[in-house]
Amino acid sequence: MKYTEDHEWLKTEGDVVVVGITAHASEQLGDVVFVELPEPGKAVSTGDEICVIESVKAASDIRAPLDGEIVAVNDAIVDNPGLVNEDPTGTAWFFKMKVADMSKLDGLMDEAAYNDLIG
Amino acid sequence: MADLKRTVLYDLHLELGAKMVPFAGYQMPVQYPMGVLKEHLHTRAQAGLFDVSHMGQILLTAKSGRVEDAALALERLVPVDVAGLAEGRQRYAFFTNDAGGILDDLMVANRGDHLFLVVNAACKEADFAHLTAGLPDCDLGMVTDRALLALQGPAAEAALARLVPDVVDMRFMDVAIRQWDTAELWISRSGYTGEDGFEISVPNAFAEAFARKLLAMEEVAPIGLGARDSLRLEAGMCLYGHDIDEGTTPVEGNLTWAIQKARRAGGARAGGFPGAARILKDLADGPARRRVGLRPEGRAPMREGTEIFAGPEGGAPIGAVTSGGFGPSIEAPMAMAYLPADLAEGATVYGEVRGKRLPATIAPMPFQPTTYKR
Repeated sequence: MKYTEDHEWLKTEGDVVVVGITAHASEQLGDVVFVELPEPGKAVSTGDEICVIESVKAASDIRAPLDGEIVAVNDAIVDNPGLVNEDPTGTAWFFKMKVADMSKLDGLMDEAAYNDLIG
Repeated sequence: MADLKRTVLYDLHLELGAKMVPFAGYQMPVQYPMGVLKEHLHTRAQAGLFDVSHMGQILLTAKSGRVEDAALALERLVPVDVAGLAEGRQRYAFFTNDAGGILDDLMVANRGDHLFLVVNAACKEADFAHLTAGLPDCDLGMVTDRALLALQGPAAEAALARLVPDVVDMRFMDVAIRQWDTAELWISRSGYTGEDGFEISVPNAFAEAFARKLLAMEEVAPIGLGARDSLRLEAGMCLYGHDIDEGTTPVEGNLTWAIQKARRAGGARAGGFPGAARILKDLADGPARRRVGLRPEGRAPMREGTEIFAGPEGGAPIGAVTSGGFGPSIEAPMAMAYLPADLAEGATVYGEVRGKRLPATIAPMPFQPTTYKR
């Protein structure tokens, strides 16, 4: 698993990368009540705001962690946003993407570095 | 947060695992480990205990010693029928300014020989100064040696009755003074959630022990400001500084129900409060804009500041959201907004969220039915 400073996790599954938010992020957000996901097929650039999460407290964005194309999204979290709090690193993944340059994954944090980040 | 004040229950909040935030000059619990959503639902299903000790508690006594004189004096500052308030009863009121705007909203209780006021934390010093300047014929006291707790929800009565049995005889908006241990409790059957419940003023020295007694009961959980806000919004109640302020009149704020006949044109004590010309004109002619409820379609909340438009494209904004969020009990987004008064309930308007115009219906409030014991 790799991590971004925006509290996303990335997991490689064959030639696609699965992306979600960390348990730390879901705790900080509070109870999630609304999720908006991009359209599959969408081309994205690193840093693009591509998902919206609304919790009982506030709205936040999820950014594309790398350049690539969205190939699948998880409608289960649109239908049941609470899943993001219950199982953020498992069933509540957000989207799968084909990454333009898989070597860019190496530049992201590993678990130890992410744990240092969140203290 | 060094310069922030603490309520007498501060240590208890920390012990309960509260996340503390600055609010109106105090460090207050925004949520406990249960989280905002579950705290909200717990209050509607069982009973929630809120620390609202940051709010202002004010005693108002006429120099004559007669409560009638105190009531008539206070009527000089509020467009509300205080003189008609029976002993042992409480009602909602608001201080107005000369332009008809609202300086603060408050509760007024008739306690036999004096009045008891509960005002918003952020306004309490200004309210006290306003009362002192406006009511030279009264003695005023800011109560600083008491905490204020709210116990809200369908199990509130049963829970409180274990400590103070005869609260079961009180009905909505009754006030009473009762003993618990050697402490004098000032109890009202009211609150800010839309649920049946009580607000209880407790001497500081007894507050923690009293709160612990309630929290030890299975149905009672501590509830933070986060859920307090979603509960009051579902109940259609205004948050001062957001849904009403110095720039909104009570008529624009859809609070005409709180201006009794006696203070309206043709009433026994019509006018005679700050901003009467404007407020009576708004009552007679209808205001140009009014606070309404909105039910956005879908699940995306329309938060405070969201601009509202008449159509799905083009045009200038016709108003804005003053409070908005997700209602855990109604399982849907909800909002309050100021919109042109000629728009009827059921009309569709559009809120601009992240650059997209999303439809919302003008809807009656409360969004969640209230459960008061009348």
